[in-house]
Amino acid sequence: MNTPIRRLAIFSMALFGVLLLNVTWIQAFQAESLRNHPFNSRQYIDVLTNPRGPILIGSEEVAYSEPVSEDSDQYQRHYPANGLYAHAVGTFPIRTEGVEKTENSLLDGSDERLAVRNFMDTITGAETQGASVELTIDPAAQQAAMDGFEALGKNGAAVALDPESGAILGLYSNPTYDPNGVSSLTETEAANTRWEELTEDERKPLLNRALQERYPPGSTFKVVTAAAALENGADPDSTMDAPASIDLGAPLPNAWNGPCNGGQPDPLAHSIEQSCNTSMANWAIELGADKMTAQADAFGFNQGEMDVPIPALGSNYPNETDRNLLGRSGIGQADVEATPLQMAMVAAGVANDGDVMKPYLVDSVKDSDLSTIEGHTPEKLSTAVSGRTADDLTDMMVLVTEGEDASGSQGAIPGMQVAGKTGTAETGSGPTHNWFISFAPADDPQVAVAVVVEHGGQSGGVLAAPIAKGIMEAVINE
Amino acid sequence: MSAASNSLALPPVKRRNAELAMTLLAIGLTLYALIETGLTRNGEMPPQLFLYGGLFGGLALLAHVFIRFFAPWSDPLLLPIATLLNGLGIAMLWRLEQGEIEGAGPMNQLILTAASMAVFAGIIFFLKEPRTLQRYPYLMALAAVVLLLLPLLPGIGMTVNGARQWVNLGFTSLQPSEFAKIALVIFLSGYMVSKRDVLSLASKQVKVGRFKILDLPRMRDMAPMAVMWGFCIIVLVILMNDLGTSLMLFGTFLAMIYVATHRSSWIVIGLAAFFGACALLYPFVHHFRVRMVTWLNAFDPEVYCTDAALANPDAFCNTAGNSQQLVRGLFAMAEGGMTGTGLGGGKPGFVFEVQNDFIFTAFGEELGLTGVMVMLLALTLLVERGMRIALASKELFIKMFASGISFLIGFQTFVVIGGVTRVIPMTGATIPFVAKGGSALLSSWVMLALLMRMSNNARKPAPQAIQDEGATQVIQR
Repeated sequence: MNTPIRRLAIFSMALFGVLLLNVTWIQAFQAESLRNHPFNSRQYIDVLTNPRGPILIGSEEVAYSEPVSEDSDQYQRHYPANGLYAHAVGTFPIRTEGVEKTENSLLDGSDERLAVRNFMDTITGAETQGASVELTIDPAAQQAAMDGFEALGKNGAAVALDPESGAILGLYSNPTYDPNGVSSLTETEAANTRWEELTEDERKPLLNRALQERYPPGSTFKVVTAAAALENGADPDSTMDAPASIDLGAPLPNAWNGPCNGGQPDPLAHSIEQSCNTSMANWAIELGADKMTAQADAFGFNQGEMDVPIPALGSNYPNETDRNLLGRSGIGQADVEATPLQMAMVAAGVANDGDVMKPYLVDSVKDSDLSTIEGHTPEKLSTAVSGRTADDLTDMMVLVTEGEDASGSQGAIPGMQVAGKTGTAETGSGPTHNWFISFAPADDPQVAVAVVVEHGGQSGGVLAAPIAKGIMEAVINE
Repeated sequence: MSAASNSLALPPVKRRNAELAMTLLAIGLTLYALIETGLTRNGEMPPQLFLYGGLFGGLALLAHVFIRFFAPWSDPLLLPIATLLNGLGIAMLWRLEQGEIEGAGPMNQLILTAASMAVFAGIIFFLKEPRTLQRYPYLMALAAVVLLLLPLLPGIGMTVNGARQWVNLGFTSLQPSEFAKIALVIFLSGYMVSKRDVLSLASKQVKVGRFKILDLPRMRDMAPMAVMWGFCIIVLVILMNDLGTSLMLFGTFLAMIYVATHRSSWIVIGLAAFFGACALLYPFVHHFRVRMVTWLNAFDPEVYCTDAALANPDAFCNTAGNSQQLVRGLFAMAEGGMTGTGLGGGKPGFVFEVQNDFIFTAFGEELGLTGVMVMLLALTLLVERGMRIALASKELFIKMFASGISFLIGFQTFVVIGGVTRVIPMTGATIPFVAKGGSALLSSWVMLALLMRMSNNARKPAPQAIQDEGATQVIQR
């Protein structure tokens, strides 16, 4: 009878083994995702009684927690900059995408990397504290973006990057909203009403247009087309037919209804300077869909969603085999769609000798005793073009702001060279979207910018370039 | 058999001081749990610390002293493990009471612990030879059946949380199935020892070509299996809605018939019959289906019952039941993570009825993975020590009995904790020694007393013949 008893003993042990493995799975491996599960109401209630770490920009706290009142154990989140950083920072209690959400476990102290510190706090009886999160945003650049859009009074977004590292220096979406209005713990009724209003507002103030909206990039995409041409054997002086209009199913004219080089084939550099539609469409057709797609991919198109750590939509450059669509895609129309972040990455890639760096928003995370838990090492996303091509593109883009036929002279900054590209995108419905992408100084780029004005109805040079100029000046003048 | 069993014999050492040291550790951990709760929740030492600590510690030490006198050769690990589990259970109930969770009743649990320990002592004292239980197998069978059917009697039967497994005696309520399972193990041990040869030898071979696939028992020997199966399925599942007890009893039955016969065909037949019946019943037995759906699709919004699902009158949770308790239990455990929030630091009230079957999730939340691992390992140790007693014993009945009781403890733990942690569907059962409730606690201590007594007898050295007294020989009674 001993053999079956032994087997039964082993079987019993196996049953306990299953239980042990399962609790390990739940409490060690799955714990994080269960804690953040949408059904889990603990995360909304528990966290209100924890002092949450601050979010810093520069050395300024743009989000911090304070006790609601003396006899309450809840903490109220404050956003002293009101709407300025709303889309980057988010709200707490969490209602939107933002650093408050993506870095939640660090801010509230539940992250495993803070476990040892929390344990020590429990022993010493100190209150557990969340980590502080420092963002890469440059307050002056952000303010410049906000000022520009508020003066204009139109919807849109601006993204500024440090081309060398990928650090996000500016992330602004217009209209914005005041996070304080929706995060009050004492007047929850009013906060909920305000939230309702914001979700129903036709101008979509909650939408982070910089990351979560895709626009046809229009002529700013010609930088990508030119890059594809240069990478495939052309040089800035290579010419292409540039009549007043070409037939792509429907006629595709130039913006000024005339030819680009007096009817002569137009050199590539001049096509960019003047933003010639017909020659750039011809370039795309001549290069072919595969080369165009490869170049767009190298700048970051078609790569799907990306977390910066706030989720950013992927941008699309469909592989068009149809000649008409291919031609239009070369000037950023047809089904080409890009987020403002993506177009900023195009500018930054050219600025950084052809290397596109991975954009990031969180500079560092520090423990309550200021030891760094998480730093950021710049990471190369892709090599978009060779250094030589990048130099050629830079020269061509400088012509956009200061050439004889400059289409974006409003982006120029006195005393330095600015490389830029305008864009005026047909939308199918309503007035055009107006773009400007740029970087400066052209010989030693410190900042790359993309600005889009939704349905501005004028040229990118007129509406978007001044905002981009303001942002660039703010970064460079520091 | 003699050569083999000699190597299995447990060393004839008492190790009572080791038991004392470990029991003191278990009491210390219980006191520490109470203190930690008091400090975390109220910022002060719990005012009832001396009441609880003194009473519980005193009881455990009394049990130890009692064992020194009346079962000095018994396994020294069993009492400390039971003390630890029982103490943690009381401490957690006290903690839940501090968290204003109604119905925790730690004082009640403490009093029941005292009563259970008294019964424990009584059994050890009066039942000198557990083999005498072998004499009344059919009486035990009758007792088991009566106890199991008792809740069906109109007037005294009660339905709690859907399962009809309670009896209301006016001044208190009992869960007779907790005792029925012990009676059943006694019956099965006695019955199978006597019918062992028939059950294990008579067979019909199933062959495919030249290969023997299975060694089937004869149809006429299937009777006990058929009775057990019918009882578990018809009475427990259909009439009483007591899936946990059904699963537990049938599992124990299969384990015991396997131990008795060493034939795996019994297990194959038994499992096929049980799961076949479950599959057949699935479309017809409502509560059974609910348990399955809430287990498999626990995170489906319509099963969990989100606000959106609540608005839809056809949603599963509005027509049948929801998985909120199960899922919130998992959330509680996730909240605890590796080290837990510390006793008193969590929010166990998020799980409904956390003081009952779901008390495990409260341990998971406040003691973390580390704490529940300790608890699971303590239970594993208890079960495996029980199996060791079965191996060391010489009589067949005792072997059956000890291994049956041990497996029952282990399988019961698996059924309840597995249900709470979503390994198997939730059925409702009690964690031995930990769970709240007099019946569960008492039956745990009864099982412990039986194991202690059997281990004492297995480890006690055989009396030595007195050499110089010629023909006189001392014979062990």
